[in-house]
Amino acid sequence: MASTKKGKAGAAPVRPGSVSASLAGLVDGAAVIVCCGTGGVGKTTTSAALAIEAARRGRRAVVVTIDPARRLADALGVPGGLGNDPVRLPLHGAEGELWAVMLDTEATFDGLVSQYASTPAQAERILANSFYRSIAGQLSGTQEYMAAERLLSLHGDPRFDLVVVDTPPSRHALDFLDAPGTLARFLDHPIFRLLMLPARRGKKVFDLATQPVLSAIGKVVGSEVLADAVAFFQAFAGMETGFRDRAQEVTRLLREDGTAFLLVASPRSDTLAEAGFFADKLHASGLPVAAMVVNRSTPDFGAPTGDRPASAGDRALYDNLASLHHDLELERGLVQTAAGQLGLDPAAVSWVAMLPADVHDMVALDQIRSALFAGR
Amino acid sequence: MTTSTVAVVAGKGGVGKTTVTAVLARAAVRRGLRVVVVELDGKTTLDALLPGIEILHLSGTQALAEYLGSHGWGRVSSRLARSGVIDVIASASPGLDDLVLLGRVKQLERSGSYDLVVVDGPAAGHSLSMLRSADGLGAIARSGPIKNQADEVTAMLTDPARCQVVLVTLPETTPVNEAVETAYSLEEDIGVHLGPLIVNAVDDGPDLDLDGPGLADAAPEGSALRRAAEFRNARRRLQRTERERLGAELALPQIVLPAVAGALDAAAIEALAATLDPADSPSTGGAA
Repeated sequence: MASTKKGKAGAAPVRPGSVSASLAGLVDGAAVIVCCGTGGVGKTTTSAALAIEAARRGRRAVVVTIDPARRLADALGVPGGLGNDPVRLPLHGAEGELWAVMLDTEATFDGLVSQYASTPAQAERILANSFYRSIAGQLSGTQEYMAAERLLSLHGDPRFDLVVVDTPPSRHALDFLDAPGTLARFLDHPIFRLLMLPARRGKKVFDLATQPVLSAIGKVVGSEVLADAVAFFQAFAGMETGFRDRAQEVTRLLREDGTAFLLVASPRSDTLAEAGFFADKLHASGLPVAAMVVNRSTPDFGAPTGDRPASAGDRALYDNLASLHHDLELERGLVQTAAGQLGLDPAAVSWVAMLPADVHDMVALDQIRSALFAGR
Repeated sequence: MTTSTVAVVAGKGGVGKTTVTAVLARAAVRRGLRVVVVELDGKTTLDALLPGIEILHLSGTQALAEYLGSHGWGRVSSRLARSGVIDVIASASPGLDDLVLLGRVKQLERSGSYDLVVVDGPAAGHSLSMLRSADGLGAIARSGPIKNQADEVTAMLTDPARCQVVLVTLPETTPVNEAVETAYSLEEDIGVHLGPLIVNAVDDGPDLDLDGPGLADAAPEGSALRRAAEFRNARRRLQRTERERLGAELALPQIVLPAVAGALDAAAIEALAATLDPADSPSTGGAA
């Protein structure tokens, strides 16, 4: 039902369960760092900066990005862009290693199907099915589920001791927290049991489509789509257990002490509100927020001193400094309130000032990194 | 600024779509129009920003459940929505939920109760796939309720007198690149009509003079005064360059919204809406 609402939302309560940590502590100690936040707040850049710092501190870090715009690949200087296999990136003077990989949802899903199919023929039947292709590419939650899947495999990969995950820029980014996973949930549903039945009883797709519920679905989506769907679930029969176990492993990993969730925001009401949304979602799953990064803040030049000058030229400079200082004070107020509601210690909030230009090379990335870890 | 009855606010994440939606709705109400705002994705951000304005919260899954309910699935549709089966039906037929959602928007438009329906478009690249859904499904379905729905929605989307897409961007390199790409996809692939571009969070003004008489002493190299002015000048130069590039790439009128520091609340939205009113502020509304 659609709801029509008027008026104001109430003040958000303080969320319990946050475990405040310094960023330095995280990159030294965590096995997995998941960066959450809305789009446009520098989440991808932050993820990369954390992995770079970890590598400089001697760890073997891999950053998983979902950014298909290749901006990160460009910034990191990866020729030809990032792919579904991790590539090692040169990092001068670093004791550790820096790796990067870009999530390819469909390739990851295909890999899972091949892994859990009992025969190559079963895998082939599924991979060629058009209903499967549309699930692999479009089903809401698939990208998130595959991000979690990729996280699990990279975590188990002996080449790495830290995985930094850049989540998709949507509100569904944390859907993989809903145990035991989107796909497992579908597979448990009575409708799907029904869909998988004919494979066991030897019935034909045609017979199945005459069932009342399915014929109703067929009227909405079309009978060809339905036939594809039925064929998919028949081909899938027997693989549910593998998928369900995998989803539970992901859930376990996310709950381990070595896994930390980091909020990324900018000092604006809307992105901070979105950070609150993610924090609520984490809290509802019993997972603590470890720290927050606030990107793109007004730089701190200090407050103007002395009286406002009389000459126009001096006064313009004085007023400019005062106005930037005022903006920063407003931003600090917003972030302080938000951090308080999140139950975060001020020491767990790191600020990165806005640069005069866009971040599109290693030099700018390194500036972000040093701002994040200044004096730590 | 728009004569159509539906305005879909679109743009990449972080450009301030929700702010722009609120400002457009408030500006229209200031002119005496009857306005309804549609907020998607389960967000309720607009409630606090637009007191006194009707806001409809829609999600694709809900709209699909409602649609199925009105097509003979009444008893089971809410259970299907809860269990996630609706998601699978939607994915079996990509764009079905989006199409049904746009169908709801079309109902609002046709109801005669509103002069303007403002839709806060979905996040990131989803706006494009949502607007493309009618075309895609119209091609697959040959007859029946889906085909009718798709045709009616396409008719609304492609009629400039009924619907415009308002593209939001920031005056920065990457957002401008993305806005240009999105604009071409919207017009060429989908055939929707683009309204004015909204350039959000603009800091406009002349460069601060650092070479004037006595300033070398008053604001020496490395001083806070000089560094703050250099930062301001650099940001403004970047913004000017990017706005010019946007104007060169897209022949659309630009509407400029000034940057707002601090809390974006109902009062800030009201103030931004006032800047769009020529009677109040003749200086805004930069041209392409």
